[in-house]
Amino acid sequence: MAKNEKNITGSMVVKRGLAEMLKGGVIMDVVNADQAKIAEDAGACAVMALERVPADIRRDGGVARMSDPEMIEKIQAVVSIPVMAKARIGHFVEAQVLESLGVDFIDESEVLTPADESHHIDKFLFKTPVVCGATNLGEALRRISEGAALIRSKGEAGTGNIVEAVRHLRSIIGDIRKITQADSAELFEWAKRLQAPLPLVQEIAETGWLQVPLFCAGGIATPSDAALAMQLGAEAVFVGSGIFKSNDPAPRAKAIVEATTHFRDAEIIAKVSRNLGAPMTGIGMDNIQERFAERGW
Amino acid sequence: MVGVSYNKSLVVGVLALQGAFSRHQDALTELGVATRQVRTPQDLEAVNALVMPGGESTTMSQLLESSEIFEPLAKRVEEGMAVFGTCAGMILLAKKIIDGRDDQTPFGAIDIEVQRNAYGRQVDSFEADIDVDSLKSPFHAVFIRAPRIASLGSQVKVLAYCGEDVVLAQQNNILVASFHPELTNDIRLHELFLKGV
Repeated sequence: MAKNEKNITGSMVVKRGLAEMLKGGVIMDVVNADQAKIAEDAGACAVMALERVPADIRRDGGVARMSDPEMIEKIQAVVSIPVMAKARIGHFVEAQVLESLGVDFIDESEVLTPADESHHIDKFLFKTPVVCGATNLGEALRRISEGAALIRSKGEAGTGNIVEAVRHLRSIIGDIRKITQADSAELFEWAKRLQAPLPLVQEIAETGWLQVPLFCAGGIATPSDAALAMQLGAEAVFVGSGIFKSNDPAPRAKAIVEATTHFRDAEIIAKVSRNLGAPMTGIGMDNIQERFAERGW
Repeated sequence: MVGVSYNKSLVVGVLALQGAFSRHQDALTELGVATRQVRTPQDLEAVNALVMPGGESTTMSQLLESSEIFEPLAKRVEEGMAVFGTCAGMILLAKKIIDGRDDQTPFGAIDIEVQRNAYGRQVDSFEADIDVDSLKSPFHAVFIRAPRIASLGSQVKVLAYCGEDVVLAQQNNILVASFHPELTNDIRLHELFLKGV
């Protein structure tokens, strides 16, 4: 390609564009090149490179940080699909490092230990698109106002329990639906209540959807979980611990990919759900010590 | 093409296994044709033409197999169904994929060889204005981790270049773009496709 100087790179159109390409797909957490290959072979539309899956971060405790660049590069070398990686909330230098590595998408993630207790990363400063988690519409819109190119539910990562992701999706999408029914005066109140910029709220009233795609993350462990998220209105799914903490990762990964595509077809979901072995054990919400979803503001 | 109209009673399918299919559907709906998301062989039977969207071609290749739609789609293509492939869709319609996965079989509907992710990683994704044959003003094209047409046969008609690269091409009723016309609000290329159906 002749690198034309008139070409625009790193624009919001280009950043949101990659998020559009991931729709209908499954993004899988992987901790090494072998897992990345298994994920790509199973039909993942992208992989998230990280040192420990959320279930292990939860078990081990301590400070969770950006992954070793060497490990990220090894994963980039073996797959042709997009490679994502996580930076701590507010840790813009980790994001700078990930951008320098040519990571395709940065996840400013509550799964890692936050680096800043009041500021998220200014995501407009990056050419690389950034995805952020949200538990409700206000949080989603604040992240979009900071330049996020994609929003995902936070769910409760590393639990194998879909209940929190369902709560977050219902909250975000439910409020979107209500806003489309609000009159113009009520939108001021919505903006105040959500602690979100008024123009973004007004835009939702007009278009009926977020300014960026909305994916589901946090707690997906089975093909039915993925299809549930999709039927609730998520446009793609992230699967973290759910694949490589299960007994037999490759067939489960493939089954979740198929269920995400055919999310309204119960017969296909039933077919792909057969004989997958045990899913990750999972944890009930009463038994977790720290909620990752409460990180971020 | 000027003055040629298209049949508004068409049902245009959008391959919806993975990727930016809903944006294509929006563009087609705006042009007044009925659309249908295609995920199964039954869906395919109900459509007169097909758009294959951008997304991850490796993912789509595997879902074409597991959804048992590869064979029926290959047959429809051979019978002459009009198809518009963008980005990953173009890769799947090509005769040959350079550096593709061993298990990735393209449909061979258009005599081009394509190279995946030829322009680099996401940070190299870009927007540019291109001149398209038969369009009066430039088309704003969005390239996302775009494939490149590395070579093309003599039967393939070039409709647009970006720099030195062919980015929009046609052979019979197969139209391919290495960029994403569905990511802008400009529906002229979807209209061009419908006129050829």
